[in-house]
Amino acid sequence: MSAALAYYPGCSQTASAREYDLSTRACCQTLGVELNDVPDWTCCGSTPAHATDHALAAALAARNLAQAMDTGASNLATPCPSCLLALRTAQSRCENEGFKGRVEVLLGRPATLSIRTRSILQVLMEDLGLEALAEKAVRPLKGLRVASYYGCLMTRPVGLMAFEDPDNPTAMDRLFLALGAEAAPFALKTECCGAALGVPRKEAVLELSGRILAAAEESGANVLAVACPLCQMNLDLRREQIEGYTGQRSTLPVLYFTQLLGLALGLPEEALGLGLHNVGTRPVLDILRRTWASEDVG
Amino acid sequence: MPVMELSASQDRAFFEAVCAKSGQDLLRCYQCGNCTAGCPMQPYYDLAAHQVMRLVQTGQRKAALTCSSLWLCAGCGQCSARCPNQLDVALILETLRHMARRAGYNPQPRVAQFSRAFLKSVHSHGRVFELGLLLRYKLASGRLLDDADLAPRLLKVGKLHLTPTSTPGQAEVAAIFRRYEQGAGS
Repeated sequence: MSAALAYYPGCSQTASAREYDLSTRACCQTLGVELNDVPDWTCCGSTPAHATDHALAAALAARNLAQAMDTGASNLATPCPSCLLALRTAQSRCENEGFKGRVEVLLGRPATLSIRTRSILQVLMEDLGLEALAEKAVRPLKGLRVASYYGCLMTRPVGLMAFEDPDNPTAMDRLFLALGAEAAPFALKTECCGAALGVPRKEAVLELSGRILAAAEESGANVLAVACPLCQMNLDLRREQIEGYTGQRSTLPVLYFTQLLGLALGLPEEALGLGLHNVGTRPVLDILRRTWASEDVG
Repeated sequence: MPVMELSASQDRAFFEAVCAKSGQDLLRCYQCGNCTAGCPMQPYYDLAAHQVMRLVQTGQRKAALTCSSLWLCAGCGQCSARCPNQLDVALILETLRHMARRAGYNPQPRVAQFSRAFLKSVHSHGRVFELGLLLRYKLASGRLLDDADLAPRLLKVGKLHLTPTSTPGQAEVAAIFRRYEQGAGS
């Protein structure tokens, strides 16, 4: 890794997805990836802004890109796929000069948005690569069988996100294999969890998230890995609601990929926020501790 | 399936407006139904995605703008990824939703209330304040007990912040909303 990255945490990562932020920062520090927070960052506008007005959405996102570019950064990373989509949508739409003009009127300053924007997963895969990541792993994830759930927005919209096969992404699967875990064959890796409809139309989210959970259980996974704070919230925090809706009990822990990576990097569980889950993460730690005890690591 | 008399209510200008606003040539849709087949929200829709495309093609303004599906789309993008004619179906649905809101149609008030509560939170604090957003939504929708079971779980793990974080950027964000509400940039 050469240049430092402008880091856009996103709102969820300061509250309901605090462990995603904690584990991202901890992993990056250990891996020598320097993250500089976008100064005085604000909300990207997310789905509600986009669903309301494209210029408003672009202005809310563009403010953060401009803040990042003011620091001289040429690369920005965010853990959240929904934030990344908002930032990239603003960049793409502002290629149209007429639209850009409207955004600048709302923003009150020039919309210079040429900074390169990527997800943390993409940065780790592209700038470090599997080999370097595996080399830094001091404790194998042996014993874990991971179902990797990518959700909608890591790969879609296809042209805009331009990351892996839209129906069968494998970045997380390959990462966990390189770290010594098994990758469970998981058919619903890019199916929608119901996203932000959890509040206004809960039954839809419980149905869709329930299906994802059931498929992960069926794959024989002992942990479900995610890369999106909203997916994690629906699958973890709404677990009792899902159980009530489907009648199926499930204790499958839902971890951010950065938490699993952090465990392999030898980071302590507190640094990765493993105590911040609704569904206990203890079973994952128990499996790994047995592995590490038998291999005399950790 | 409802049978509609199309010729009487055909509005060519509506069809052209949707094409122009979305940047999509809706005549490319040949009703294969791939969008509908991949749509996770289809069971909750009143009109399937491909039916909405057909309504736009035939200039059925009111039928297209009053349907609930526009508001229930989760934005997953599966329809657009699977369209064999490279139509961005999700973007067309979103464009219709913008038009529906401007026309005053609101068949899924809770979805709209949630969206408004979210944006109000961003307007007020610069970032989303989750508890404030939920309380505002509950008051607007009257759904006071929705998700009340989640609060103790969030509290237990220290994730339910009782006060918003203040960020100096809030003033700039509020200015963006103010200009938007005054009709700038439209």
